[in-house]
Amino acid sequence: MDILSHFNYWVVVVLMMLGFFIVIARGNLIKKLIGLNIFQTSVFIFYISTGKVIGGSAPVLSSDIQLYSNPLPHVLILTAIVVGIATTSVGLALVLRIYRAYGSIEQDEILEQSRQ
Amino acid sequence: MELAVNIVLLSLLVTTAAALVLVRGLLASIMLTSIYGLLSASFFVIMDAVDVAFTEAAVGAGVSPLLLLLSVAVIGRHEARNAGARPLFAVLLVGITGALLIVGTLDMPAFGRADAPAHLHVAPRYLLLSGEETGIPNVVTSVLASYRAYDTLGEVIVIFTAGVAVILILASGTHRGSARPHSAPVDTKDPHTILQVVSKTMIPFMLLFAFYVQFHGDYGPGGGFQAGVIFASGIILYGLLYGLPAICRVIRPPVVELCSALGVLVYGVTGILSMLQGRPFLDYSVLADDPIRAQQIGIMVIELGVGITVASVLIVIYYAFANQFETNGN
Amino acid sequence: MMLDWVSGVLLLVGSFLLLTGALGFLRFADFYARIHACGVTETLATSCILLGLLIQSDSAVPQFKLLLILLFVLLSSPTSSHALAKAAWNAGVRPRDNRGKQPLPLPPGEH
Repeated sequence: MDILSHFNYWVVVVLMMLGFFIVIARGNLIKKLIGLNIFQTSVFIFYISTGKVIGGSAPVLSSDIQLYSNPLPHVLILTAIVVGIATTSVGLALVLRIYRAYGSIEQDEILEQSRQ
Repeated sequence: MELAVNIVLLSLLVTTAAALVLVRGLLASIMLTSIYGLLSASFFVIMDAVDVAFTEAAVGAGVSPLLLLLSVAVIGRHEARNAGARPLFAVLLVGITGALLIVGTLDMPAFGRADAPAHLHVAPRYLLLSGEETGIPNVVTSVLASYRAYDTLGEVIVIFTAGVAVILILASGTHRGSARPHSAPVDTKDPHTILQVVSKTMIPFMLLFAFYVQFHGDYGPGGGFQAGVIFASGIILYGLLYGLPAICRVIRPPVVELCSALGVLVYGVTGILSMLQGRPFLDYSVLADDPIRAQQIGIMVIELGVGITVASVLIVIYYAFANQFETNGN
Repeated sequence: MMLDWVSGVLLLVGSFLLLTGALGFLRFADFYARIHACGVTETLATSCILLGLLIQSDSAVPQFKLLLILLFVLLSSPTSSHALAKAAWNAGVRPRDNRGKQPLPLPPGEH
């Protein structure tokens, strides 16, 4: 049981690092955004895991339920997801503009063009 | 049992993310992102976060891959092989950071313990008193729209700003009015007849469901954010199958743009209304004589504002991307 | 008691069908065979599982919701299979033989 008590946190770290790896090791800008999405979702998973109480129930009050999971992380993450898609789309819009200006979304080619 | 499902879902999430690292080509990456979104939504259900799961299912598995697909349709799905290649450096950096973070987690309280510090501070108060103070069973809704209404106002403004930013970034350089195509660019040789018929029967129910989620959010999982996303996905589905001109005739872009501001306005005006009566900003007690009734009215109005803004900002963003696709895409 | 058995059998059948679908997806030779394995089993399997749950639940509102989900699945699952197959055909994927090597001859009029 001792390993299981931190399993969720370790998975979060692994997911976060996989996203981080995509962001720094891949040159394609859309792939980088996907990596950022993975990173972001790992933070969501972290918050929601912290909010879980074993044996608890979803935080909708009812007279025959005694134990609830923590509603506060749910509120924070609920809004963060929608803000996340809004900011992702700003990123995608920037990528489209970069493509219009440079004709490429590969980091190397863009850097090369802007050095000239 | 719950723990087993938890472990399986998390392992699948790691597998999907690892596949994303390995796979080349943007189309496959986007499909994996969609799977990743669906898996994390299922994970949120296991973690009792039903409201979050709702949102993530619509955003992570639906809207977000769709916007990615639209961009890729403009740019092309090719991903260069050796671009930005410094894998050794990246692996080293990621490895060290990950190891440090794992060491950090060792001090965390065990997963799911009811006496973890995170559950001791404000959450018990919300769970104990929110039922009496607001008369609303769904604690997530009452915390979102009443106790932490300042936060939510901030988030709604961020979403609105993002919508404006997308319009500004994508619209500059093209004449927005003339760029909007009036002749149907949908492939007439290959109409999506089956998809069109099926979606036409389903879209009204999707929109109806969005309203249910919006107004039932006080009593079950749901609320403005979820409803907005679901409503927008219904509209976007119509736009995908019938083309941008068709959906622009149904919901005109200026109207949606106006609505995205209207939602923020509804939210803000509710706050100012209480200020005008000499109470703090967003204090709902002025809205009715009975304090519980006042809370309920306040929460409903706030959620409505949130729903309008979220739905219209997502539709606006979709219009901007689809417009790029139909003018520049192949 | 009787109903419990019925719902249990339905749930088991549904799970078994999902398993066969997954196996087919992994083992079949070409794209169309795989999508066939998934699409066909998925619709029936989800219907079985939903019916089993329908029998298990004892109040009207969840039952109604499950019925709506069943209706939705019956509509959307075949449609999505169709959309996938059509997209693959338009992208130039052609059926192949049992080992996934040789392209199969197409009926006249197709290309």
